[in-house]
Amino acid sequence: MKKTFTAIVAAAMTAAAPAMADLVIPNLSYRTGPFAAGGIPYADGFNDYFTLLNERDGGIGGEKVQVPECETAYNTEKGVECYEATKGNGALVYNPLSTGITYQLIPKVSADGISLYTPGYGRTSAANGKVFEWVFNYPANYWDGASVAIKHLLDLNGGSLEGKKIALLYHNSAYGKEPIRTLQELSKKHGYALTEIPVDSPGQEQKSQWLQIRRDKPDYVLFWGWGVMNQVAVQEAANIRFPMENFIGIWWSGSENDVLPAGDGANGYKSLAMHGTGMDYPVYEDLKKYVIDAGKAAGAGDQVGSVLYSRGMYAAMVIAEAARKAQELAGTSAINAAQMRDGFEALEITEERMAELGLPNFGQPFAASCEDHGGPGAALIQQWDASAKKWNLITGFIAPDDEVLTPLILEDSQAYAKEAGISERCN
Amino acid sequence: MMPDQLLYALEVTLNGLMAGVMYSLVALGFVLIFKASGIFNYAQGVLALFAALTLVGLQNGQIPFAHLINAALGTNLHHFGWKLPALVAIALTALVMVGLAILIEKLVLKHLVNQAPIILFMATIGLAYFLEGLGDVMWGADIKKLDVGLPQGISETVESVTDAWLGYGFFIDRLDIVATFVAILLVTALTLFSQYSKQGRALRAVADDHQAALSVGISLRFIWVLVWSIAGFVALVAGIMWGAKSGVQFSLSLIALKALPVLMLGGFTSIPGAIVGGLIIGVGEKLFEFFAGPMIGGATENWFAYVLALLFLVFRPQGLFGEKIIERV
Repeated sequence: MKKTFTAIVAAAMTAAAPAMADLVIPNLSYRTGPFAAGGIPYADGFNDYFTLLNERDGGIGGEKVQVPECETAYNTEKGVECYEATKGNGALVYNPLSTGITYQLIPKVSADGISLYTPGYGRTSAANGKVFEWVFNYPANYWDGASVAIKHLLDLNGGSLEGKKIALLYHNSAYGKEPIRTLQELSKKHGYALTEIPVDSPGQEQKSQWLQIRRDKPDYVLFWGWGVMNQVAVQEAANIRFPMENFIGIWWSGSENDVLPAGDGANGYKSLAMHGTGMDYPVYEDLKKYVIDAGKAAGAGDQVGSVLYSRGMYAAMVIAEAARKAQELAGTSAINAAQMRDGFEALEITEERMAELGLPNFGQPFAASCEDHGGPGAALIQQWDASAKKWNLITGFIAPDDEVLTPLILEDSQAYAKEAGISERCN
Repeated sequence: MMPDQLLYALEVTLNGLMAGVMYSLVALGFVLIFKASGIFNYAQGVLALFAALTLVGLQNGQIPFAHLINAALGTNLHHFGWKLPALVAIALTALVMVGLAILIEKLVLKHLVNQAPIILFMATIGLAYFLEGLGDVMWGADIKKLDVGLPQGISETVESVTDAWLGYGFFIDRLDIVATFVAILLVTALTLFSQYSKQGRALRAVADDHQAALSVGISLRFIWVLVWSIAGFVALVAGIMWGAKSGVQFSLSLIALKALPVLMLGGFTSIPGAIVGGLIIGVGEKLFEFFAGPMIGGATENWFAYVLALLFLVFRPQGLFGEKIIERV
């Protein structure tokens, strides 16, 4: 009996621990709880891309990729637990899809020597590689998003926002507060009046906020929401007959989930986007053949091609390319976490490379460096067509206003460096 | 002509009353179960979520457990291919909630008779987690549009009438107007039921004194099934009203948080208390946000609701309409 038990334990341990040579990329996901509707498609896209690489190419550089999943429910404490529970298995990089979890993990990954990749979320000033050695947030961050939104409004208004009223409706959390400083600085430059309107999480009740918007009549409403706050805001905007084309969300408020419940009322709503969406990419032929039709998809397959699925896939694509780069630099396919970081820092994604991967024009090309962990920060604007139930891209990539953003990033990252006792690198 | 600030405050007050009705709808479910059995039902919010999920699932002909079946059998099932009229779907969902009440009584409550209230409370926490998981596996975690034909958006009648009278068109959501009528109907029906039907009187007897009720032959088990069924139906109504705003999604269970200050204020045992409590919380938090919000950075509603409830508790520890318990030592 004792022998059988030992054998079972031994078998279980072999199954649980990755083979030494595998590349381990944990997926801290949320498939349960109030934010599951956003977490599931993202996690599916992330997992499916690595499954594709494993099934079609035998992994990356001949090494299979393992994606152990850990459920965070978008809860910061659980996210930290997940990190602690999975980091010992040779984890190369973390992508927790939560700004709250990111803030907690930054000191931890820096101490443990594991990369943190937070595309389009997390701590914006981590774009400064001189201070944040282990954190990468290219191709775009929240401050880029805020600046791109303002640039789009400048384009619509003949280059001047003088005398315009802009309201920021935001999730009252570390995430939602991120763009405030940038928008304040930009208001000095462009002469618009900014009103900040917080909504407490989860944001199911926003009557006060929308009554205020109805009274104040801002020309534009910028929007930093997540979870149920998105659907309610779009519905309330439609309720007060706010012109939807003047209501612009960040990329986390721009998925199909956010607009479908409001039906026709959501027509014309705009959001930022940092990558393409939909199934018109050659990669989906392979994905269908090797993953979906083979019954190896992470989810039910009903989310494939959606905005958040595409975002999960984008993050996986960048991580896979960084791993490839790391293997090239290290001269070995069995890279460790430190080598993976070098791969992130030397990563260059070109148009040609994305086309080779079956994702032509899916994202913006960028090249990271020791100083630059943030990428160019350009974003697209998309608009919802309620009758076709489809997002349409209405602009090309718009570059952010680095003249305003660079000093802000320097200031914030240097303050962090001082507080955490970090001396700058890359000198 | 009234000054603008006063008009705005009036509009905020009206909207606060309407929001209060929405809170009351959630609070009612808690009160019903607490009154009849002394259980604080932690799962009330999840009941609303489960009811709304079931309603949308039935209405759209979604096959329950489709993901599980497909994974196990390699099939590709998802829909039956029907679309039920809203009323039929609502009736069927109500039946499902009755079935659920019977199961809860049989599998959970029956085994906990005579246990301390905290044990029953813990059991409802377990129930909440179980139901949330069950709802996920049955119907999936995606956000579903709830379409039972409720009107939504600004009431143009109210807007034009107030504009003609006061020079400023008020915003009132048509969904909130419907919710108000539904709440009135619901409370009237509940009151009539508990005052004039045999089962209702039995319910009140149990609420007054378990032992005495048992001694005159009232079945406690039947009463529990009855009261959980009614609470399930109230949860369905709350789920419809809140789900119409945001789509049916898992954060729907969090509406319970909005009911807690209402219960503290109105008392755990009084149906009028749930209504009046809801109205006071709704108006109080909206007016505070309107006047004080801009000065202190906004987003005051979540915490102010509790402050308001606590203020009332200082003067009436049993809540506005709660029963005063006098214990002699």
